[in-house]
Amino acid sequence: MRKLLFAAVLLGAVSASAAAQTIAITNGKVYPVSGAPINSGTVLIRDGVIVAVGTNVTIPANATKIDATGKIVTPGLINSTTELGVIEIDQVRATNDVAARGENNVAASFKVWDGLNPSSVLFVPTRNEGVTTAAIFPQGGLISGQAAVIDLVAGPAANMIRRAPVAMIAQVNNTTAAGTTAHGELIGKLRTLFDDAKFYFQRRVDYERAATRTLIARRDDLEALIPVIEGRMLLIIDANRMDEIDAALALARDYRLKIAISSGAEAWLCADRLAAARVPVLVGAMNNIPSSFATLNQRQDNAALLRRAGVTVVLVSNNDGGESRFNARNIKYEAGSAVAYGMSYDDALRAITLAPAELFGVSDRIGSLQAGRDANIVVWSGDPFEFSTQVEHVFIRGREAKEPSRQDMLIERYKPKR
Amino acid sequence: MNSIVRILACTCLLLAFATQLLPQNTQPREAKSPAPQSTAAPTPSPAPTPGPGGTSFPNADPFPSTYKPFPRRTTLIRNVTILTAAGPTISNGSVLLRDGKIAAVGTSVAAPPDALVIDGSGKYVTPGLIDVHSHIGDYPAPGGDANSDGNEATNPVTANVWAEHSVWPQDPQIPRALAGGLTTMQVLPGSANLIGGRSVVLKLVPSRTVQGMKFPGAKYGLKMACGENPKRVYQQRGPSTRMGNVAGYRAAWIQAEGYRRKWDAWNATHKGDAPGRDLGLETLSEVLRGNILVHNHCYRADEMAQMIDIAKEFGYKIRAFHHSVEAYKVADLLKANDIGAAEWADWGAFKMEANDSIKANLAITDAFGARTMIHSDSALGAQRLNQEVAKAMYAGRASGIMVTEDQAIRWLTINPAWALGLDDKIGSIEAGKNADVVLWSGNPFSIYSKAEKVWIDGALLYDRSDTERWRTDFELGNVKENN
Repeated sequence: MRKLLFAAVLLGAVSASAAAQTIAITNGKVYPVSGAPINSGTVLIRDGVIVAVGTNVTIPANATKIDATGKIVTPGLINSTTELGVIEIDQVRATNDVAARGENNVAASFKVWDGLNPSSVLFVPTRNEGVTTAAIFPQGGLISGQAAVIDLVAGPAANMIRRAPVAMIAQVNNTTAAGTTAHGELIGKLRTLFDDAKFYFQRRVDYERAATRTLIARRDDLEALIPVIEGRMLLIIDANRMDEIDAALALARDYRLKIAISSGAEAWLCADRLAAARVPVLVGAMNNIPSSFATLNQRQDNAALLRRAGVTVVLVSNNDGGESRFNARNIKYEAGSAVAYGMSYDDALRAITLAPAELFGVSDRIGSLQAGRDANIVVWSGDPFEFSTQVEHVFIRGREAKEPSRQDMLIERYKPKR
Repeated sequence: MNSIVRILACTCLLLAFATQLLPQNTQPREAKSPAPQSTAAPTPSPAPTPGPGGTSFPNADPFPSTYKPFPRRTTLIRNVTILTAAGPTISNGSVLLRDGKIAAVGTSVAAPPDALVIDGSGKYVTPGLIDVHSHIGDYPAPGGDANSDGNEATNPVTANVWAEHSVWPQDPQIPRALAGGLTTMQVLPGSANLIGGRSVVLKLVPSRTVQGMKFPGAKYGLKMACGENPKRVYQQRGPSTRMGNVAGYRAAWIQAEGYRRKWDAWNATHKGDAPGRDLGLETLSEVLRGNILVHNHCYRADEMAQMIDIAKEFGYKIRAFHHSVEAYKVADLLKANDIGAAEWADWGAFKMEANDSIKANLAITDAFGARTMIHSDSALGAQRLNQEVAKAMYAGRASGIMVTEDQAIRWLTINPAWALGLDDKIGSIEAGKNADVVLWSGNPFSIYSKAEKVWIDGALLYDRSDTERWRTDFELGNVKENN
């Protein structure tokens, strides 16, 4: 019963939208990510699923052929920390559904995807630039709530959701948002919260009878934390300063949590500890500013240094300019920048495809080009990380997903007429 | 030559003013400035000539630049691709930096015997990049209340404040922006206010004082802001609407016009008591006299059109609209009024007035012939303005508007130089221009290219291979040295 309640809901992959269609993308340089790049490779798609990848693929007569000679074929990109569909215009309150009120700065039961707006005009321009999948994260508080992974396809919301929840979101870097005034107090509050979640889990009947002491969080939030304390649900902890990251590692050790670190400005200073604990890190590659006292040692080669130490890296954005919403499309430039600052090309591509798919437990369906995977595929005119490259085709679950965005409509209306 | 004369003229005015003050007033100059007394005035000079970097009497140039070029040597960069911003790309070219100036550029430039010769094979040279919209120094890193000095959000009109008085020269964002190829930036007050105050144009050089960074001879700018920010900040006391905003600008200009007339009349004769001084109205008067350039934060097309009418009503010029997300809708109007458009490549939808952002904005604005430029408004964006322009250039092409690299380089250099009134000194690789030059590891419109060397006035201020490079005071001990 409990397992049923908390089991991740797998949806979408075999939805009504997957039309019976056979498509062959031929002669491209194929980056399966799960294996070595293939020159002059073919990717065969049938009914929304990849059925073959390689150089020796028989193309059925009824297949729609896409000649990708001189082009690059990759899995659809995954932007792992977005607010797509839950913030449309940041400062327009009515379009902002990303942060729950919670109680005592804990909103573990908040499912951010319950407010997902499939009509957001941000989905089309994002997927037009090669992002087929996004994680949507709740924000705020000590425990922000639960994240989901969505495909950027047409609604309703249930059709978009690929997996939910994929993670619980927490933080150890903002004492104010946690309702505390010191880092030590914040960490202590988290420990109490996990203790109380365990207590609640063990004495639920007593709790229902009101025969227990008062607990730190609401019943629904404690309930939502059970998969976390059982180590079944990923807990993503936002941490920047070295000691914040080490505190998160200590929590994971003491409570046997399955964690990842996000933001991680100074993660490179704990690279060996992160590697030893096998804790993945979600970091950006475009920020080197000591913008706060928690990020004094922020640097652009953070991701490269972490990889070199053997840490699993998921690239997200830490640049300015709405990179989690309007410019969620720019995740490819974060990867290019990571390469410019020392990460290997293959690692950078993996960090925006297969690595996040593995982190979020969806790598059996997306993140790589292999027979049996869902056909989330991008055909690029050249190097996906370069400004000069255009997206030529985007397939999500086997369907061509490029279409004019609202921005394209404005351009058509206003560009000089010949 | 002319500029030297003007600097001298300006300095004289300042000295005259200072000496006349001293006997009468023992207060330090930072104290509330008294009106100059005609009895103590020296022989009246003719109506003052607006000086570079300074303005009219009496407030000529109270915080003069003390910038001195850094040690430099004659340098020849050869075998390099040069994006000149003045003409077509020169392949396999050379550029000679001597005595702080670009001495020669072309395909065959001989190396003087004393020259340091740098081989630029496979590399690119561009003019130093220019950012017309920065808050580096007045919103320094690390952020927080102690360092938050960019918005004097205490009154909707604060024409009396000067951004330079907030600039922290030890902001670690300064060397980082230099490392991105930025050599000149305009630091503006924030956009909380209808009229936010004076900007300052700075060189990205190490200095203990802001005066040591000030671009000699650069005109001041005036920051104005349209739309959502002022009406949000002043919701309670007003303005709380766009019509309230417009009433606020007009009220300020009406006052300024009266003040200007009083002072111009007195300046012409120096008879009787001088009118009382008002720092804010002094700045606005200088705008009306054409000595200070207006930089107007304005997102929406319809608001830009209204601001143009307000400028006409009071007889001033808008130099550039900043954050002009909808410039593409009124590019013809900007062109007709010779107003620049400073834009982001792709920021949008963070507020309602940014909702119609398109990546082809620069390309379309440029296609209509309006002066188009990139700007950052971000210490991160300032480190990669070349990449922002790359996005905008290729977005234009994807929309069917051919933008060449020779056009796009202008968005980064000569057009922002024009917006600052400095296009005679910086912004292009031409003989006689200041030797503000960047050597890039590759094509600057590639994500993989980095600025390798950056010269300001012919001095090598940044060298990526130098492990001992400039670190601000703040970074010592706080930021690890291998960072």
